[in-house]
Amino acid sequence: MEHKNWNGFKGETWKNEINVRDFIQSNYKEYTGDESFLAGATDRTKLMMKNVQGLFALERQFGGVLEIDTATVSSLTSYSPGYIDKDNEIIVGLQTNRPLKRGVCPFGGIRMARQACDAYGYKLSDKIEEEFRYRTTHNDGVFRAYTDEMRKARKCHVITGLPDAYGRGRIIGDYRRVALYGVDKLIEEKKKDKAALSDGIFDTVQTRLDEELHKQITFLGYLKEMAQMYGFDISKPAENAREAIQWTYFAYLGAIKEQNGAAMSLGRVSTFFDIYIERDIENGVLTEEAAQELMDDFVIKLRVARHLRTPEYNELFGGDPMWITEAVGGMGEDGRTLVSKTSFRMLNTLYTLGSSPEPNLTILWSTALPEAFKRFCAKVSADTDSIQYENDDVMRPIYGDDYAIACCVSAMKLGKQMQFFGARCNLAKLLLIAINGGYDTTSGMHIGPQMDVMDVDKLDFDAVMERYDIYIKWLSRLYVNTMNIIHYMHDKYCYEKTQMALHDTEVERLMAFGIAGLSVVADSLSAIKFADVHPVKDSKGYIVDFNTVGEFPTYGNDDDRVDLIAKDMTHRVITELRKTPAYRNAVHTLSVLTITSNVMYGKNTGATPDGRKASAPFAPGANPMHNREKNGALASLNSVAKISYDDCRDGVSNTFSITPEALGKTDEERVTNLVTILDGYFSKKAHHINVNVLNRETLMDAYENPEKYPNLTIRVSGYAVNFNKLSREQQREVISRTFHEAI
Amino acid sequence: MIKGRIHSFQSLGTVDGPGIRFVVFMQGCNLRCGCCHNPDTWDMTQGKEYTAEEILSKVLRFREYFGEKGGITLSGGEPLVQSDFAYEVFRLCHENGINTCLDTSGSILNDSVKKLLTVTDRVLLDIKYADDESYHKYVGCSLEKPLEFLSYLNEQSVPVTLRQVIIPTLNDTAKNIFFLNKLSKKYSCIDKTELLPFRKICQVKYDEMKIDFPFRDIPVPIKGKMDELNKLIN
Repeated sequence: MEHKNWNGFKGETWKNEINVRDFIQSNYKEYTGDESFLAGATDRTKLMMKNVQGLFALERQFGGVLEIDTATVSSLTSYSPGYIDKDNEIIVGLQTNRPLKRGVCPFGGIRMARQACDAYGYKLSDKIEEEFRYRTTHNDGVFRAYTDEMRKARKCHVITGLPDAYGRGRIIGDYRRVALYGVDKLIEEKKKDKAALSDGIFDTVQTRLDEELHKQITFLGYLKEMAQMYGFDISKPAENAREAIQWTYFAYLGAIKEQNGAAMSLGRVSTFFDIYIERDIENGVLTEEAAQELMDDFVIKLRVARHLRTPEYNELFGGDPMWITEAVGGMGEDGRTLVSKTSFRMLNTLYTLGSSPEPNLTILWSTALPEAFKRFCAKVSADTDSIQYENDDVMRPIYGDDYAIACCVSAMKLGKQMQFFGARCNLAKLLLIAINGGYDTTSGMHIGPQMDVMDVDKLDFDAVMERYDIYIKWLSRLYVNTMNIIHYMHDKYCYEKTQMALHDTEVERLMAFGIAGLSVVADSLSAIKFADVHPVKDSKGYIVDFNTVGEFPTYGNDDDRVDLIAKDMTHRVITELRKTPAYRNAVHTLSVLTITSNVMYGKNTGATPDGRKASAPFAPGANPMHNREKNGALASLNSVAKISYDDCRDGVSNTFSITPEALGKTDEERVTNLVTILDGYFSKKAHHINVNVLNRETLMDAYENPEKYPNLTIRVSGYAVNFNKLSREQQREVISRTFHEAI
Repeated sequence: MIKGRIHSFQSLGTVDGPGIRFVVFMQGCNLRCGCCHNPDTWDMTQGKEYTAEEILSKVLRFREYFGEKGGITLSGGEPLVQSDFAYEVFRLCHENGINTCLDTSGSILNDSVKKLLTVTDRVLLDIKYADDESYHKYVGCSLEKPLEFLSYLNEQSVPVTLRQVIIPTLNDTAKNIFFLNKLSKKYSCIDKTELLPFRKICQVKYDEMKIDFPFRDIPVPIKGKMDELNKLIN
């Protein structure tokens, strides 16, 4: 295929098949210089942002939700076009007909939609209620199939946060395909794939795929219609940078109109856009200022994206994040960096538009990245606390050089892999259940294999591990089975038609499991091994507390005695999970990530042998427990770096907070030191780090005087939040975390 | 095998020497400075014993973070009190290509210390006051000691960062800075002068140890003071 809009683009392979990577590799210009070429915000952008800030303020005044359309089921064409400021917008398209107005996506679960409406003083319309009396949602399907044991595991919170009542998310459509090829070509290819099925045997697998392809083709058609409503014909390839960004955004917009998924990530668009931007600049039709303006207007659209969620959900995740994750940078397989000028332009939006949690800008860090880019990233971190880093050098060998990050830390090949999201199980709670022989003291429920409460004066490490293994085996099997039901039902009743249309038809599936409480478990097992842990029983004979005497090494001090316990735990869990086959032959993966729910997990977990009190928060993700790090920041990083990415292919999240003074004496030194720390950490094969450079005093002041800090952004688990959107309890937890300080 | 007494480790040191440094706080000090922020490092019988090899193996775990300039810094306490041990640590570090930095008061100079300086890449020399009287009153030795040490460093061409804690009412004067300037003019080994603000977060340590913090009533430098004095450094 040839098209006039591809004039000046090199390469052949991508013209003959859907292959965005080949297009990028054949055409992008690596950029190894510094940020001095960047332009600032134009007056138009400043005015637009002022409007948007006004809307955000209004939204806050309205309790977090500005408006809900309770009578329309959100889909690609169900709303008339919406604008922030029609005459001045460069990139257009809103989820509904007005900015920040939220639509209803009931296919994940009508109950969630209803509760969310109720919570904000609305009522889901009779029309939708009536319609969904005769429809099955994903949530309905799951609960038809759940076993009693699955319900119990969910109820006592040993497995929690499962996507069984809402959209699963964590799928990234390759939205760039729409810009590069136009929708007609994508439809044509999908039709070919569908036609090719006719030679096969129509068993369950094939029939399901056949129907899915039908849905994908239909929704690609809707996508064209949606763009048409805004006055754009996206059937053909984009002609210039503005169209490339607009087409790509339309594809993403279609996905978020259709799906209220937990994490709706963007992918890796910056260097793809760069090819169009550089072509336009060369042709003299675009200036640097205008290029930045395009990126700014695109990012503004991402910042006003909203989904309707319940207050409980918001409380769990600190506001209502959508995890619009954009992966920036990284290296190519041929050794050239994938950093382009537009990688800088994307980061520059944090200056032109101010810091913000969304989009979730994620640097794919390699020690081989150009020095100037590394320094710019470090500067952006120190200035805005809005970006995170993930190790391209450990991911690239597995996923190639055209992967992206879904949600916080989940890597997948763009358009070639998708993920079945699976929240996490609470390993610390499981340890207590094991010690109590299948009894959960916080919920008062019997669950899992039933045996005697460990009746000893002092816990013996080997005996505890033997017991724990039995319960890990039990839970792993239950966890996989539960996930299998969830994703079977999601595919059946809430299939991601737009997003899957932007994947290859033959897609590889990952099933992402997770664990919470890793540092609590590591320290608890260390206490049992190296100190004397005496169980304390209640009147019913269950162990509800521990009397721990003596010293024991704690995770976070680069001490192998305990760090290897943590590493071993992840290995045990993934090994057990793999023993139960996953739905659609998905590959089992594991994350150590808690988002902000570490507070909630802690709340539902009794006292632990490490001395943590009942209900006290866990550390987030793979972080060491608060204030148990005695040898400084790098020792803590070394401990986390020992967790193997081979065991935790869905990511190992670490949040690092340091005061500016501890990072160096001058801005220059801080940048140099942060670059050196990141190089060091990632050369130890660590996976992820969030960097916050700020003082505890700032957070304490923001806690007391929120109005003074409307835009204070901080990194938490694998994303960033507006500090003010955290619950009071989460704010306190963030403040109590270890801040690495100068001494 | 020679062992050293160690108070604690800081794996991310960004203020004690160039680049990122693994800082070893050694136990034991021969002085009793009024401004000391580590009174818990004074007592030579406290701390934990380590061999030089154990220190090296710890340091090596952080070498990826050192970049071009970083390395190990021995601080304290007073590392010169355990100079034989410090020599062993630095010698092993040099064998492994790790940059070595000594944070000291420069109050001891003997053969053992001289040997240590042969494996020292940089000295952070704390000149506390510009006059002998203050030295006797607030440090517990004469000003001659560190000056003699500095002269030796100059002879041996060991690069030196001159440091001074700025303590309001005692040394926060231009005159004091001129003294430091004079030193750096006289001794070519000095390539940098750093002023550190007096801080009082160590009060809690004194309280815990139930001893008096001699400078408890001295205020920290007022805002702008450090900038003002830093401008005088040439």
